[in-house]
Amino acid sequence: MDVTAFIDALTFQAGYNTAIVAIGAIFLGWAGGTVGTFLLLRRRSLVSDALSHATLPGVAIAFLIMAAAGGTGRYLPGLLLGAAASALAGLAVVEWLTRRTRLHADAAIGAVLSSFFGLGVVLLTVIQSAQIGQQAGIGSFLLGSTSGMLRSEAITLAALAALCALTVVFLRRTLTLVAFDETFAATTGVSIRRADLALMLLVLAVTVTGLRVVGLVLVIALVIIPPVAARFWTERVGRMMVISGIIGAASGFLGTALSASIPDLPTGPIIVLVAATAFLVSMLLAPARGVFANLRRARRYARAFRAGLASGEGA
Amino acid sequence: MALYLGLTLVPILIGSLAAVSCALLGNFLVLRRQSLMGDAISHVVLPGIVAAFVLTGSMSAIPMLLGAAAAALLAAAMIEIVRVYGKVEPGAAMGVVFTALFAFGIVLLEQTDTGSIHFDVEHALYGNLESLVWLAGIEWAALIDPIALSDIPPQLPRLAMALVVVVGFLAVAWRPLVISTFDPTFAAAAGVPVRLVNAGLIILVAMVSVTAFEAVGAIIAIAMLICPPAAARMMTDRLLPQIAWSVAFAILAAAGGYVAAGAGVALFVEGVAVSAAGMIATVAGVTLLLAAAFGPRRKGAKA
Repeated sequence: MDVTAFIDALTFQAGYNTAIVAIGAIFLGWAGGTVGTFLLLRRRSLVSDALSHATLPGVAIAFLIMAAAGGTGRYLPGLLLGAAASALAGLAVVEWLTRRTRLHADAAIGAVLSSFFGLGVVLLTVIQSAQIGQQAGIGSFLLGSTSGMLRSEAITLAALAALCALTVVFLRRTLTLVAFDETFAATTGVSIRRADLALMLLVLAVTVTGLRVVGLVLVIALVIIPPVAARFWTERVGRMMVISGIIGAASGFLGTALSASIPDLPTGPIIVLVAATAFLVSMLLAPARGVFANLRRARRYARAFRAGLASGEGA
Repeated sequence: MALYLGLTLVPILIGSLAAVSCALLGNFLVLRRQSLMGDAISHVVLPGIVAAFVLTGSMSAIPMLLGAAAAALLAAAMIEIVRVYGKVEPGAAMGVVFTALFAFGIVLLEQTDTGSIHFDVEHALYGNLESLVWLAGIEWAALIDPIALSDIPPQLPRLAMALVVVVGFLAVAWRPLVISTFDPTFAAAAGVPVRLVNAGLIILVAMVSVTAFEAVGAIIAIAMLICPPAAARMMTDRLLPQIAWSVAFAILAAAGGYVAAGAGVALFVEGVAVSAAGMIATVAGVTLLLAAAFGPRRKGAKA
């Protein structure tokens, strides 16, 4: 590993694009961590898996439309719009299957993610074999990539990520209310359906923004891993949201810096691995709910119990 | 008719074998609300294969299959550990484990010089069913010609074996499997080895997704574990008919998807190839959508 390159990346000295991408990843990690907190509390973490896989047909269709209109097909805002539209369709199908049929959420999610992804693959192979447009950017939606990213793309993504982060901060009270006490939320005039929809749209926004950098297979890690890690540190939702946001932002930052300083290290997977390390440390060592803390507590109870028994016998 | 046997029938047969094995087990995953276990396991097959390659340096089938199976079991164990010791809800536990392992697999792949060997993530995700043709099997007579038979894609006998194992497992473990699926508490009270049955089911799902994956890619495995059984749920309230429906839907999707992919080629410009695996998953999804819209038992009684 090139230490100077790593320090350069950490201090935003590794070039304009890398700096923009790093800032974008920080916002993205923060937004994913905070939004994911509510997704976890609503027990709907894996809905994000259906959303992210469902973006693929939209990306391909947007590419085909833009190529047919005479463009190169790789105009990022257009592709993201397509991704958002088809993710929304996927979400609608998941909701419809769970509300209107006997299927449970797990089957609905699995069905949507595999068949939407299948359709996306069909369209991708059409694009690839027909040699339509400039395809350089399209494969990067699968696994994400930051190398070869245009400056305008980096700026678009950073701005979108900042927007997501701001919206979460703005909506946090409503989301907290709904996550914990649906009845109370309803009596205070909060529409649960609308709050749920807002939560899903935020997850969708984070997913779509993260696609190009982290890739559609792994982008869900941004909304799943940081909150699960944060849960070990606290019992309070406000703190959990902040800790989760910090873990997400730090993963985004460290991940982009590491990938900028080591050759052939893809950004998305590294961000995910940094977050996974944070998760592992939290699960083992966190004082509130970590495994070791729980073990120690259990042993203390056992000792106190035995001591109580012993003194009981003596009396 | 000459092209029919080796070039069309063999890939369709391979696709159908994979689909049926997955669908059979998928019935129980869907009923147990563990559908996404199949999703998680299929994702960790990639790191398993890469790790096997790094350790053995060879691309041959046996180490790959073993590596993938080991990764699948490791993932299942890790999910259980996170769920039980970390007190994390099952969905989130799966999400943490499989994304972390998948990310590890990609990094390992990028850091290892696979050089000239053809190995890429896209191939792992959607396979290459179209290439699994039996060139020596142009004539029907090849079916009794041992030299021509030796040229059959090895995936065909491997998937046939997998199907036999699945059917054998269902036959042997039928009663405990069914009881522990519908009423785990009663099953445990009645002395059914519930944990053993659960573990057996997960191991078989891993084995089937690994063999299916090697032949047709991860997405067919996931789609076939979930879509045909889910569609079958819309048709009946009884388990055996549901399994029969799911097998029918699986074959329909495999054959229909393969043919549709072939027809797609003719539809577009000359030389355009459409992924058969993607098409099969799409057809499976459409089948489920139709069943969910019109199936006689689509509402059911939600527990």
